Amino acid sequence: MIMNDIFQLQQNIAYTTAETILEYCYLLAAVFFVIGLKLQNKPDTARRGNIWAGAGMFLAAIATVLLQTDSHGNGITNLGIIFLSILAASIIGWYIARKVKMTAMPQLVSFFNATGGAASAIISFMGFFETSLQDKGTILVSLLGILVGSVAFSGSMIAYGKLEGKVGDIRSGLMKFVNFGLLLVSIALIVILMTVSQHTPLVTLLMFGLLFISLLYGVMFVMPIGGADMPVVISLLNAFTGIAAALTGFLYGNYAMILGGILVGSAGTILTVVMCNAMNRSLLNVIIGAFGGSEGPQGESGGIIKEIQAGDAAVLMSYSSTVTIVPGYGLAVSQAQHTVHELEKLLESKGVTVKYAIHPVAGRMPGHMNVLLAEADVSYSKLVEMDDINPEMEQTNVVVIIGANDVVNPAAINSPGSPIYGMPIIRADLAKNVIVMKRGMGKGYAGIENPLFYLDQTRMLFGNAKDSIQKLIAEIKSL
Amino acid sequence: MDAVIQFLYTYHQEIFIVALATFLGFELISNVPSVLHTPLMSGANAISGVVIIGAIIFTGHASDWLDILVGSIALFLATLNVVGGFVVTDRMLEMFKKKKNK
Repeated sequence: MIMNDIFQLQQNIAYTTAETILEYCYLLAAVFFVIGLKLQNKPDTARRGNIWAGAGMFLAAIATVLLQTDSHGNGITNLGIIFLSILAASIIGWYIARKVKMTAMPQLVSFFNATGGAASAIISFMGFFETSLQDKGTILVSLLGILVGSVAFSGSMIAYGKLEGKVGDIRSGLMKFVNFGLLLVSIALIVILMTVSQHTPLVTLLMFGLLFISLLYGVMFVMPIGGADMPVVISLLNAFTGIAAALTGFLYGNYAMILGGILVGSAGTILTVVMCNAMNRSLLNVIIGAFGGSEGPQGESGGIIKEIQAGDAAVLMSYSSTVTIVPGYGLAVSQAQHTVHELEKLLESKGVTVKYAIHPVAGRMPGHMNVLLAEADVSYSKLVEMDDINPEMEQTNVVVIIGANDVVNPAAINSPGSPIYGMPIIRADLAKNVIVMKRGMGKGYAGIENPLFYLDQTRMLFGNAKDSIQKLIAEIKSL
Repeated sequence: MDAVIQFLYTYHQEIFIVALATFLGFELISNVPSVLHTPLMSGANAISGVVIIGAIIFTGHASDWLDILVGSIALFLATLNVVGGFVVTDRMLEMFKKKKNK
């Protein structure tokens, strides 16, 4: 009898030990996430920070496989399938992440964000059917998990498609109402599903309805938002994925998931706000998608466009004392970062001081341009942020704008009617000479006229950015 | 009303964590130089792959083939998020590192 008791006691302790170790592994993982994010605040330690966070994730996953037990004390089974899924996804994820070009980075982040959202939606969806319908709290959490996870998934896929140029914009005043309607329907479905008391085929149907409406809402939510706002949207959807993961954590009472998810949720929200500030726009404004959609008063446009040939541009630049390059997405698209670096070195060898003026939202994401130029070995010290370069603009001989448009549009300062009025810009309009490299007279992502192109000191150099710069280099060499 | 109280009671520890983690997230992210915004977004995105834990738990306790299939798809997607996210972040940050050493 006593032996039996002791035996039972030991068994209980054995369970408790595994469970305890698991919980503390999760705590450790959560601490690693926090340290990781903290270290990612500084360029010097950022890489280490990412490794810390990765180590935390690895620890959490391994500990779950080895130590997790359900309420009956059953451990993790189906180990073969789990191992295969993880292995296959690891290899594919690693391969994609290593192979994709640096210019495609934003859509890649969006794609990985989509997969995370999808996983949360699936787990929440399945969790619903395993939960007693009397347990209203858990039911609510799983329903919200489906909504948020699905929106994060389909929204991120659309953002991915837009950045790849595969999905266009739908801009219609009706979209606002459609979106609002979809949101209402999904909330109504959640309310209905909260009140049901039995798992019936109708409930299953309603669940698929919720899944479908949520996915559709994600699509419609991102559809009207223009390409220029994609970074904000991706950041916002990133926050959604975090929240979805946290909701899934509620379902399992898993603190590591809740903490990790909420950290991403709040960090993503802050990043979104920071990005909106950089463009001087409110989040609501971005989401409603007023940007470039309506034809507002355009300010004074028109005037004469003056072209310049590569030869003349080469002379102008080589005999200047200061040249400032303003890179934009056009540079990224034509993969011209290495060529630009070559141009920079050539000009420096002729005694010209070359700098890069980096707008906070140049490229497709904040910091995207820095990453691209760093890839091309451009020195860190040459990248000057907007606020530091603007006071020097009046003394600058030549500003070369490569594939940027909205971030140098003086309408943001001079014409209160303009949709981008109030957005901080690089004051290229103050420089003595401006050379604009552009493919054609197309408008920027905001879809508005740029008065800079019509200024007296502005010359246009039409063509693909990379080709134009290569021609410039050839001309400068032959001087 | 009862349901609300019950919800708040059942999840009081979780809600505690949510409240503190929200502040922690805000604190951690404020004052990041804009150069690091893209890598940071990518790094945070990788962390949102913690749903991998949920996917492992679900698949690990699934008994019929449908659950196993769906669970392994979720696990596959979550792992893609985790591994792809961390590797792509590392790739971005690697370039900053290289520059610094010169």
